[in-house]
Amino acid sequence: MTAAGRFGIYGGAYVPETLVPAVEELEAAMTEALADPGFVAELDSWLHDYAGRPTPLTLARRLTADCAGAEIWLKREDLVHTGAHKLNNALGQVLLARRMGKTRIIAETGAGQHGVAVATVCACFGLECVVYMGREDTRRQAVNVYRMGLLGAEVRPVDSGSRTLKDATNEAIRDWVTNVQNTHYVIGSVVGPHPYPTLVRRFQRVIGDEARAEALRRWGALPDSVVACVGGGSNAIGIFTAFIEDEDVELLGVEAAGRGIGTGEHAASLVAGRPGVLHGAYSYLLQDENGQVRETHSISAGLDYPGVGPEHSALRDSERARYVVCTDEEALRAFHRLCRMEGIIPALESSHALAVAERRARELGPGHRVLVCLSGRGDKDIDTVRAIGGSGSVAP
Amino acid sequence: MTAGLPVGPARFAAAFAARAGDGRPGIIPYVTAGFPGPADTAPLLLACQRAGSLAAEVGIPFSDPLADGPTIQRTGWRALEQGMTPARAIAQVAEARTAGLTIPVAVMTYINPVLAVGVEAFAAACARAGVDGVIVPDLPAEEAAALAAALASHGLAHIPLVAPTTPTPRVARVAATAAGFVYCVSVTGTTGARESVGPAALDLLERVRSVTALPRALGFGISRPEHVEALTGRCEAVVVGSALLDAIARGGDDPGAIAERFIRGLRGVGVVG
Repeated sequence: MTAAGRFGIYGGAYVPETLVPAVEELEAAMTEALADPGFVAELDSWLHDYAGRPTPLTLARRLTADCAGAEIWLKREDLVHTGAHKLNNALGQVLLARRMGKTRIIAETGAGQHGVAVATVCACFGLECVVYMGREDTRRQAVNVYRMGLLGAEVRPVDSGSRTLKDATNEAIRDWVTNVQNTHYVIGSVVGPHPYPTLVRRFQRVIGDEARAEALRRWGALPDSVVACVGGGSNAIGIFTAFIEDEDVELLGVEAAGRGIGTGEHAASLVAGRPGVLHGAYSYLLQDENGQVRETHSISAGLDYPGVGPEHSALRDSERARYVVCTDEEALRAFHRLCRMEGIIPALESSHALAVAERRARELGPGHRVLVCLSGRGDKDIDTVRAIGGSGSVAP
Repeated sequence: MTAGLPVGPARFAAAFAARAGDGRPGIIPYVTAGFPGPADTAPLLLACQRAGSLAAEVGIPFSDPLADGPTIQRTGWRALEQGMTPARAIAQVAEARTAGLTIPVAVMTYINPVLAVGVEAFAAACARAGVDGVIVPDLPAEEAAALAAALASHGLAHIPLVAPTTPTPRVARVAATAAGFVYCVSVTGTTGARESVGPAALDLLERVRSVTALPRALGFGISRPEHVEALTGRCEAVVVGSALLDAIARGGDDPGAIAERFIRGLRGVGVVG
């Protein structure tokens, strides 16, 4: 990272003046806490005793055999408590917020996994929790709305704009502007103004740190390719970070191509966008020629976002990571294949990474290893899949 | 543009200097470009001038206005649906100038539409159209250098915001980059009409005066004649946006007449609309 919270030319802190002291306070608290062995030990013990870390690496045996190529290994973030990698960040940020003396927690959520994770941690500490969620997402992720209620959080449906993650984030930022004195905003991805992309990376890098150590222990080698889906990009940054210095390890980010890039109905910011400012950071963005943010589409609510974390933009430009796309249809096919062949129901978000991992395994061929971040489990998506009529109709 | 008139920071300075001697703050109405109709903005600006406004603000709508409350969000989306763009918004200012608008005009928008046009091209277009200053609420001082330089090179004012949460040393740093006036945010929150002007706003105005001689305009939440009255002697202008746009949205088919009546009401020189 270069000056002032930048990743190359990307990042920064484009926030209303009211929030400037808050982001400065957060940066100072982050620096201080992460340098304190007591804070790091507390976080590690929560990750171990409560979240269930470390998560295993699982060889996808039948999928590997079927692809007749490289071995496909799954980093099992679906096994983290609450069912996705989001809890890593929620634990870290809420512990930090308590240290800062904040008594009220707010969050945005798309698929609901981040909202559930934040609601969960707030229940542990008895903190007030408000989660903003686009009306459209409350409909397609109704189970997670109910889960957040069970955990004691208040879910506020957002009716503005496209009624999805982008609009929920706008509303969370407006709440933060209004209640900044006592409120910490737990952003759910490596997006937003500095220091959030750095803070969330710190809390998610445990994914890659564990996977890299496990790879060396089990294989005595690193994977040839690391694959992760990218909405805002937190699970991808989480698994990429440990491997960035390993130049022989390919890093592949998978964006949602929705109904196809050519249709315009997708969420592929890095592949089909151009740089702009949304939610406080300069990064690749899906926008029209006048700088208005475009509506997006993905079958997966967690990827249905027009922006992306600024570090991904820098990794794209430097070509240290490569970004590719996967359509709704390809993701659904990968979803069913993992269910049928490995006994694991993956999140639709993670299914995008699985589809590309299979493709890459075939290309690389035997004798290689593809590590894919299985960022979450798919229980939340069964209504979406059922509505499409995919009760096994897609042959493996 | 009329030859001989000052532009940019000088036009603001002249307008503030010409303010009535009763200490009452001047009125700076905010209108969303392209609201209620695509061609309504130039006539609205002229109505603002007829009503005795000190200056006017033209909002260029953005899809994701995170400093704005429900009213300005709604008016912006309505304008976008009807095809409003930065170029068309700026063209409405030029049209109003041609039709005799002489009060200072500030454009308010978010940084992404500015970046889409290009910082330099945006400043140049504003200058050509007779805009005097630019306000970007999601561009804090740390990120503002390039835009401020481009505006200065075209003789335009960069008008930064300060908020109740801004510490006084930072107010001083921000004010040092300002031209025209300092935009003082009255509340910890988003734009939108409120019941009263709180102590945090009055404290901020005092803190701004302690570090700069520039005029102070108080905005966010100012909506009623009694707010303006209560601010007598405390600031040099108030920005009124949501309350005016609500009145226009509620009103009939002559937005200019509604605006004129509303602004005269705020000034205490006519019947409230």
